Amino acid sequence: PHALVYLEHRGGQLDSGSLSAVTAATQLGGQVTGLVVGSPEEVPGVVEKAKSLKGLTTLLHSSSPSYAHPLPEIVAPLLQKLLSSSQPYTHVVSAHSSSAKSLLPRVAAQLDVPALSDVTSVSHESDSNTTTFTRPIYAGNAVATVRAPSSLPVKFFTVRTTAFAAAPSDSSSSVEVKSLDPVQAASPTEHISLSLTTSSRPELSTAARVVSGGRALKNAETFEKTIYPLADLLGAAVGASRAAVDAGYCDNSLQVGQTGKVVAPELYMAIGISGAIQHLAGMKDSKMIVAVNKDPEAPIFQVADVGLVADLYEAVPQIIEKMKE
Amino acid sequence: MRPSAVRLLNVLVPIKRTIDYAVKIRVNPQQTGVDTNVKHSMNPFDEIAVEEAVRLREKLKDQVKSIKVVTIGPPKAADTLRTALAMGADSGIHVEVPESAPAPEPLGVAKALRAVIEREKEKGGVDLVIMGKQAIDDDAGQTGQMLAGIMGWAQATFASKLVVDTGKNEATVTREIDGGLEEVRCKLPAVVTTDLRLNEPRYASLPNIMKAKKKPIEKVSPSDLGVNLTPIFETIKVTEPPKRTGGQKVESVDELVARLKQAGIAAVKS
Repeated sequence: PHALVYLEHRGGQLDSGSLSAVTAATQLGGQVTGLVVGSPEEVPGVVEKAKSLKGLTTLLHSSSPSYAHPLPEIVAPLLQKLLSSSQPYTHVVSAHSSSAKSLLPRVAAQLDVPALSDVTSVSHESDSNTTTFTRPIYAGNAVATVRAPSSLPVKFFTVRTTAFAAAPSDSSSSVEVKSLDPVQAASPTEHISLSLTTSSRPELSTAARVVSGGRALKNAETFEKTIYPLADLLGAAVGASRAAVDAGYCDNSLQVGQTGKVVAPELYMAIGISGAIQHLAGMKDSKMIVAVNKDPEAPIFQVADVGLVADLYEAVPQIIEKMKE
Repeated sequence: MRPSAVRLLNVLVPIKRTIDYAVKIRVNPQQTGVDTNVKHSMNPFDEIAVEEAVRLREKLKDQVKSIKVVTIGPPKAADTLRTALAMGADSGIHVEVPESAPAPEPLGVAKALRAVIEREKEKGGVDLVIMGKQAIDDDAGQTGQMLAGIMGWAQATFASKLVVDTGKNEATVTREIDGGLEEVRCKLPAVVTTDLRLNEPRYASLPNIMKAKKKPIEKVSPSDLGVNLTPIFETIKVTEPPKRTGGQKVESVDELVARLKQAGIAAVKS
């Protein structure tokens, strides 16, 4: 096999999710070619970092001012060209990031092949030229094992980054670096603006720690006064249940659950969250779940590693006090 | 230059019948799939798509010529079409597949939608497709991008705001991306996929539910459309996710904090 990994970057740094995608690609057992696409200002610096990634055998890069904001309509023609003309690639891999999951299915469909999203394991059998994947379905409430047949010339997939370790850097590695001419195509879409959240708190979907609040927080003010100090003490992102979002306690970008964000942090603290199915679906892959709830029968306790039946208004300030010691 | 004539919008909203989001998912004993003998409803992201189409008409009035909903699914998916008609869509198209047929893959669905759009050409075409960013059953999140790709259309995924300018024949979309928001401008025709924050779908009123019963639903088969919905990937099995060994309680805050510290979790600031 020969995998092509779409390497993403922001502010001159490779995305950590792309490092996981490289690891997934190496598990196919063949060659791994990385592809860096971006503006002429960004690409050299990113290539410098990417070429020492362990597992890469070749590194391609393509730069153009039009790649500064790599919209799918703008990057797809490059990938299409790279993948159509007597190409050696058997797999196309990326992180399940917002940008790659917009791009890869577009390219796959243009090549008339299907794609798999958010895979958690991958193994390739060279004899039969089939690849077997596992991926969560129903928001992780079931796991599907899926096989891509040998008749499929290129197998596209995005990876759940929490399921693959980041590829390390290895300064001794020598990859072949090649530049690729950009493909200029008229795009029906143009980028207008970007506004990245400048919260001092970590981003919810990638945070190592998350503190979430539920309906028991009563209102926006008590949500803020109770949840934020604990989150900040732990360096955690803030999350919320659907009930808390629906009640207007916080912004719905913070919703954790089947229809919100799916998270898998080291620590997930559920404060005043009863644990409806659709919430559990979004957080039950967390490494350690801590729950504080007044109701001893709350379903959250069935998944919690550390459950405390208590009034959150008493317990949370005490937790803060004692964590400081 | 003469101002170009205002284009009347024909909006297509693909929707999917899925297991209701509140139902506890159980894997079947044969490990071929999940128990589907449970409550179903419209995929929540598709509800948002229908709502957005209806709001578009409320804002642009007569500039929105038609709102059609389309579903690809078993006979019961007709209920989902009725729900969308009760929310305010004008008519429905049901690409009916047998109850026993395997679930089509996003690529197959995208091709079926392309065929539907081709058929609409004689009725004024399709200018805007609004659909959910993903369905909550297979969680693939690919169909919109695939459709845009094979049509060669503009795409705007994960929309949290949509503004359509019929005079300029373009849509300005705010997209939810990792770490923030991106604003893009798409020439129509375009595919927009909806994220959670785009709107809050309405409940259909009883009179509208009654009215929806009289709205037309056209039934077609995949072969009418000339598409093959047979999946390319082979699903070998469907299993339960690894069980959590949860259910452990502590008696006090002291104990809770001790467990946190034991796990190496410390305060990052004091």
